[in-house]
Amino acid sequence: MIAERIGLLLGAVAVVLGATYAYLRGGDRLLAALPRRWHRALLPWLFVAPAVGVVALTLAIPAASTIGLSFLDADGREWVGLDNYAGTLSDPVTLTALRNTVLWVVLLPSTAVLVGLTVAVLAERVRYAPVVRAALFLPIAVSAVAAGVVWSFMYDYQPAGAAQTGTLNAVLTVFPGLDPVAWLISGSTGNLALIAATLWTQAGFAMVVFDAALRAVPAELHEAARLDGASEWGTFRYVTLPFLVPTVVVVATTMTIVALKAFDLVYVMTNGNHGTDVLSTVMYRALFTGRDGGIAAAVATVLMLAVVPIMVLNVRQFRRSVGEA
Amino acid sequence: MTTHVQGIAVPRHRAAEPARLRLRRVPVHAVVLALTAVWLVPVAGLVVSSFRPPSAVLRSGWWESFALPGDYTLDNYRDVLGRDGMALSLVNSLAVVVPATVLVVAVSAAAAYGLTCLRFRFRRGVLLAVVGLLVVPMQITLVPLLQAFNALDLTGSFLGIWLVHLGYGVPFGVYLLHSAFAALPRALFEAAEVDGASRSQVFLRIVLPVTRPALASLAVFEFVWTWNDLLTALIFLGGRREVAPVTVAVSRLVASRGDGWEVLTAAAVVSAVVPMVVFAALQKHFVRGLLAGTTKG
Repeated sequence: MIAERIGLLLGAVAVVLGATYAYLRGGDRLLAALPRRWHRALLPWLFVAPAVGVVALTLAIPAASTIGLSFLDADGREWVGLDNYAGTLSDPVTLTALRNTVLWVVLLPSTAVLVGLTVAVLAERVRYAPVVRAALFLPIAVSAVAAGVVWSFMYDYQPAGAAQTGTLNAVLTVFPGLDPVAWLISGSTGNLALIAATLWTQAGFAMVVFDAALRAVPAELHEAARLDGASEWGTFRYVTLPFLVPTVVVVATTMTIVALKAFDLVYVMTNGNHGTDVLSTVMYRALFTGRDGGIAAAVATVLMLAVVPIMVLNVRQFRRSVGEA
Repeated sequence: MTTHVQGIAVPRHRAAEPARLRLRRVPVHAVVLALTAVWLVPVAGLVVSSFRPPSAVLRSGWWESFALPGDYTLDNYRDVLGRDGMALSLVNSLAVVVPATVLVVAVSAAAAYGLTCLRFRFRRGVLLAVVGLLVVPMQITLVPLLQAFNALDLTGSFLGIWLVHLGYGVPFGVYLLHSAFAALPRALFEAAEVDGASRSQVFLRIVLPVTRPALASLAVFEFVWTWNDLLTALIFLGGRREVAPVTVAVSRLVASRGDGWEVLTAAAVVSAVVPMVVFAALQKHFVRGLLAGTTKG
């Protein structure tokens, strides 16, 4: 079985590389046989068409038909109008998930910006900066599933009096008078615990992006501000920070998308129990437990609507940067 | 104001700082060290626990093992790798991730070349549409895609999941490569075209080799993301053990929980080793690729 998989892997890579080469060289030659005007008009599409085709088939058309499906019944046969929306939006589970998703969208981007920026700025001032950067960077390579295991272990709970094997509760119970907290099972802390674990996996990304942006701030400006007598904080506030505003937008956008898509970690750590559902887990259950494609499509459409403003912002930002180039 | 600066050596090295300044750095060190600890402790706990016998994991916290040395074991790893499915799921992950990554890089590179270096109608429109799709949550595509895949008998097959990852990966690939390709000097292609090279030759022989760092960083991103993906694998590969990648296998262990922490932690470490090695090996490219993608945005 294992040998077969490795054969499949190597074969697939060989086919992809061979087919790409044959497609480009062959297509180029075929188009060269056409009249010159046609040749010039069609040639760019030789390169662009595969990407456009793939993106249309796996993203654009399915997204459009999801919106359509959200108005049909469970099997996608009969028109039910807004029933799916009415049904899911009056369901307390969806409402909890909606509220939680909003909480994720508010907390994850803001804390990721805060931590990423703090580390990027402060690490420059210490000699062990490489260790700090590596520590924050490490979890990028850890899957949400593995991170789920890591943090379930951190949040592990034993009743008061028993030996605490979870790191957080062990630290907590060192202080007299503090009881261990059932982080994941008590409704008030569950969402925060999940968001914190996600922050752990994402802050490194924010740090790297801020680090790159800080390097792009002209050094002369800092020197000039210092000579003018600005304090370290003043230099940061009035010289560095204005330069970082576009980067804050990039990081916040990326983290908002991560927050909206949040699934893996919730699925592994609580499976949406104890009031920690997010829209993705509700949708997954509608699809696979409830077998209701209409409800699942309606939940997905709600999620999509939440992303539209970010999409517009992103395209605008990109258009501006292309315009400048 | 700034003219005075010239000739004055601004003290840069720390040794020359007055004690007063060094004292003011205490809060800086406190914040940085605290954050570093918060980020490292969970990993330390995971790794240490994965080497402890089950009875010890249940009885005492992982940090206590430093006081009672000698009770470390490799049994958890032997157990995890020996159990049915885990070794296979590692190979399954590779079989999903490597072809998907090669596909994304090939299709994105061709598209980025066409959209950045060639002039044609609708060029801007296509570019903006692709970038717009970058933020579309993949959840919105799941229901119709799954229906189509069921009809085509693609669910549970590697071909199906390669195509899904290709579709989800291309918008980001084009976005990332666009800025690297835009930075190429036009004279580079023009000289070759004067010499009679066709567009595909220019792309394959000149553009691809020159932009290798950007391609490598895209490959690292895609490798790590697809390796770590759970939702797509759950949905499009289904529950079958023979095709389950490592994220699905570990999440199944978590769900059963009967196995206890020692197996779970070892499994989590096993699942994280491959992306970490890839990541560490290509980290330089990765950071450079990120730079190219964000300093402009």
